[in-house]
This record gives sequence, structure tokens and C-alpha cells, in this order.
Amino acid sequence: MTSGEVEAAVVPARGAPSPGTAGAEASPTSRPPVPVMPDVPRAAGSTLDQVAFPPRERYHDMVAAFRDAGFELCADLCAVDYLTHPGRRLPEGVRPERFEVVVNLLSLSLHQRVRVRVQVPEDDPQVHTLFDLYPGVDAMEREAFDMVGIRFAGHPDLTRILMPEDWEGHPLRKDYGVGRVPVQFKAAPGPR
Amino acid sequence: MTGTPPEPDPTVWSTTETSEGAQELSTRGGTGQVELGRELGAVLRLAEGAVVDPDDIDIERRDDDTMIINMGPQHPSTHGVLRLMLELDGEVVLRTKPVIGYLHTGMEKTGEELTYVQGATNVTRMDYLSPLHNELVFSLATEALLGVELPARAVWIRMLMVELNRISSHLMWMATNGMDLGSTSMMIYGFREREMVLSFFEKTTGLRMNHNYIRPGGVAADLPDGWEDDVQVICDTVFERTFEYDELLTGQPIFRERTEAVGGITAEEALALSATGPILRSTGVPWDLRRTMPYLAYDKVEFDVIVGTYGDNFDRYSVRLNEIRESIRIVRQILDLMPAGDYRVQDRKVTPPPRARIDESMEALIHHFKTFTEGFRVPEGEVYVAVESPRGELGCYLVSDGTSKPYRLHIRGPSFVNLQSLPVLLRGGLLADAVAVISSVDPVMGEVDR
Repeated sequence: MTSGEVEAAVVPARGAPSPGTAGAEASPTSRPPVPVMPDVPRAAGSTLDQVAFPPRERYHDMVAAFRDAGFELCADLCAVDYLTHPGRRLPEGVRPERFEVVVNLLSLSLHQRVRVRVQVPEDDPQVHTLFDLYPGVDAMEREAFDMVGIRFAGHPDLTRILMPEDWEGHPLRKDYGVGRVPVQFKAAPGPR
Repeated sequence: MTGTPPEPDPTVWSTTETSEGAQELSTRGGTGQVELGRELGAVLRLAEGAVVDPDDIDIERRDDDTMIINMGPQHPSTHGVLRLMLELDGEVVLRTKPVIGYLHTGMEKTGEELTYVQGATNVTRMDYLSPLHNELVFSLATEALLGVELPARAVWIRMLMVELNRISSHLMWMATNGMDLGSTSMMIYGFREREMVLSFFEKTTGLRMNHNYIRPGGVAADLPDGWEDDVQVICDTVFERTFEYDELLTGQPIFRERTEAVGGITAEEALALSATGPILRSTGVPWDLRRTMPYLAYDKVEFDVIVGTYGDNFDRYSVRLNEIRESIRIVRQILDLMPAGDYRVQDRKVTPPPRARIDESMEALIHHFKTFTEGFRVPEGEVYVAVESPRGELGCYLVSDGTSKPYRLHIRGPSFVNLQSLPVLLRGGLLADAVAVISSVDPVMGEVDR
């Protein structure tokens, strides 16, 4: 871990106004980036949040480093299927994959948010769980598994959470198809 | 006994009957030690050494000492279709597992098929007790991608409406919580006051709920004539009546007995479980996004962030009751500070032209037609925006691929996340208090299941 070094690859956040404020002068200007794993590619989000793009092997370590740097709360975790939008903008050195797991961390002490986006390949949709760092991701990882079909290695109870247990397919995948299921009852015959 | 199928376990017949399978709470015999420890809350980030008391975990307890009962989804006090599986030792709750999904309607998937113009009608139905917050967070996320700057009046109208919505949502909570604790009067009073707010919403937006009032680019309509008087009456009446609630509940011995030291949670546990809103604030953490990460114009009004001390039911009650008063304080300042001007952004690519212009201008007709058929295109990008809803951090993660429909719309529902703290809140308490504890989490199942 190189958290003590000077960050070279970190792009400082743009001074875009935060959404919805009447005057930009009241909104916080660009914040100093948190020096966690400075060699990981970064970008600045639309709302001044930092976005980091760690490779899959370093995803867990990076979130752990952010937690140690003062991000006490995992606000959100979700997964995105980029099947029909492969040409999205990514910083240099990040190879796009079909799936992305997006984690939003929140620091109560620093008043900052940081977003971690990790690329997950289609043939092995699996990342390490964050359950050991933030027990609050329990339901969120189950939701990402249920809806997009990402497996979280080490999650203690990776079961479906919103769909019935015997449901086939993952509804928020782009190839799932809207309206493909005529009757959504358990006893209904035919393929789901 | 090899070769013979295992005897059906009489204690799990209900589990097999309802067939939610692995989503359900399994018996002690069928649960590994690690899993059992997790369900008893041993993995929460506590101080080293205090992680778990071995006596507390009680791994050795056998199945026939305890009983798993099912509560819901059709239970009158689960606030919708929440289903809880509770492991009981006599009257004491040991383990709890919420089973959700009974109200899942695929709203995130639906959101991908609706344009940004139509999107607000979808998200407003998630948290049906604070619909305006849902519309707000969706609109803020869309506007962040669009990069539009709102007129000041639109910002202040939004603030007025969401604060009134916070009042109505907390009043609704006071009503249902009172009902769960046996105070029928509070139920009637809460609904009575909420009705005043809803009437004002109806006057302004046309609907009592699911308004589709806050839209990307501003709000749907200006405030009605004489809105100041209506809002003034709401403020005065509700503020006065919060003191009646004090008399009815706060000082009442039975109410205090049933809420104090019931359903406690520490700040460390709440943070580890990502709990936000009144649950986090009741533990003494002064975290309110309106104050700590201001959006709209919350940095221009004065209000206090209410915190509790013990993180029990009573603290969550006090936090919400006092937040009603703080919201009234904010609304009164908005009455004085409301600026004049446009209530939506005057960018014809985002906002449709007024109806009257269509008869005069061909361009207006085209813009109007295009806005409502195709919608407006949003630049490619992704954004996470969060606001403080009455239940906690309401977030919206929005991905745009440059078309007029969201590529991915994810709503971080505070109820969904806060529900995870139920096993911690209920553990060691009495079954009779479970109803009150569920109520104090204030889950809205429309948002939990989305």
C-alpha cells in the first residue's frame, strides 16, 4: 500500500457547481483528494466526488484503505450491466468489462464521498465481498446478486432478496428483456 | 441410519410450506457457527475484545429450546408487507431475519424504459410517504448530468415542499407508532394534522400523493395564490399541536415504559450497518445531509440537527418529534425568504414551453411535442446524489448513455438499508416490544422492495 506517498495520478475534482444550489458560491469548492492508492486511475464525478477505478484484485484492499482513511459508512453498493453501452468514458488504463460494481463510501469526519467502480468480466462475474469491512453491505450485495447476478465471494448469506428464491435470471441485466415474462406466478408453467 | 431419508423436522414445516427457501431464517441445527454469530450481530465493528460475549452467542442452545415464528407479511403492524422470522426463547427474541420482496415491482427496471420527463412519476411511487424527496433526488441527479442551473425560486419552492413533506411523513410516523403502542388518539391526531399538509399538496400539485411535482428543470407549477396563508396556518397549527403530543405521549408513564431502553443501538453498530437518518441521529451522531452536505439552499436557513443519546425507541421518537418543529422553523424562514422569478429553468430543451405559446409559435409546438414524446437527451456520464429524506440518506445513482432514457437508475432507499438494523434492535428484547421497534425504524415497504 502506498497511501503515504504524494499522489501523482489523482485528478483534482473539477469546480462544477453542486446540483440544485442557487448560487455556486455557497457550494464547496474542490476538495483535496484522499491519498489512498494513488496509482489507481481516478476521475472526478459530476458532483465533485472522486471516482476510483481499481482493478478487481485490489478492489477489497482499496475499500479497506478508504475505510482506514476515515470513510466510516458504506452508503451504497450497486451493480451496472454495460452490455449495450460498452463505449463509456473511462480513465486511461482501465479496460471496460460488461459489469461494474459501484460502491459509494461516505466519510462523516471529512464530509466527503468517494466512489469506487470496479470492472467485473462477464465470464466470471465475481468480486470479493465487503461484508468484513462494512456489515451494512449485506442487503446491498444480496440485491446486486439478485438483480444483476454478481457473486460476492465470502458473503455469508448470498441469496436472492427481492425476487422469489426459485426465480431464473437476473432482471436488471440488459439482455433480460422487458415484458418477456407473461405471467409472473410461481405455479405458472413455461420457461421464465 | 444411513440410506434412509432424514425425518422431516417438525419445527421447519412452515419454512417448507412457504418455500422462500434460503432467504428464510434456518433453525439452529441447520446454521453454522459463523452464520449464527453473524445473525447474532457478532460481526459488527465493535471495540476489540468486546466483539462478542461467548455467553451471548449461545451456540450451544439447541433447537428444542427455541422456536422460530413467522410474523407477516400480512401482519397489521409490519407497516406493509414486511415479513419477519423471529427465533424466540420464551418471550425473548434471539435472532431475527427480515424477508422482503413481497412488494417488488421492478421500478429500477421500469425507470430504464421511461424518459427523464416521465421518470419522476416512477420514482415518486417508491417511498410513498415522502414522494417529493424521491422526485427531488431523481431531479437533482438528472440536473447534475445536464449541468443546468436552477432559478432561485424553483430551489426555494422545492425546499418548501420537501420540508412540508418531512412534516407530513413524521406525522404519519407519529400516528402509526402511537397505534402500535396502543395510543389510538395519537393515530387520529397524526392523520388529522397530516391531512392539512396533504390538502396543501393537493392544491399545489393536483394530487395528495405521487405528485410528479418536482421535475428535472424545476417544479411543475408555481405555488397557488395565497399559499403563504395556507402554509402559515399549517405551521401554527402543527407547531401548537406538537405540544399536545408532548402531553399525550412524551410525559406519559406507560409510553415511556414501553419506549425507553427498548430497541437500543450504539453509534458504532449504526454506522457499521450503514443506518442513517433518525436511527443514526438517535445514537448521538449529528449527521444530517441538510447540514453536513447542503443541497438546495439549506445553507441559507437556520435549523438544529436533533440528536439523541441512547439510540433507543424513545430517542428515535424524540428526534422525529423535534424534527417536525425544526421543519416548521425552516418553513417559516422560507415564507420570508421566498424569492420571485421563474419556477423552472427557461431552457426550451429541458422545459416544455407554456401551453399558450403553442398556438403562436411553430418552434414552441415542436419543442412541446419533442419534450413529451422523445424527451430531452442527457449527456453521457454517471452521478450519485443524496438527500436527507425523513428516513435517512436517499441516494440516486444515475448512469446516462447520452439518450433520453436513463441507462441505469438505482435508488438507495434508506428504508431498505435501515431494515438491516432490525436484528440488532430486536435482539434480547421481548416479542411484545418487537412491534414498537419495527415501527421506530419507520420502514416504507414501497421503498424497501422498489
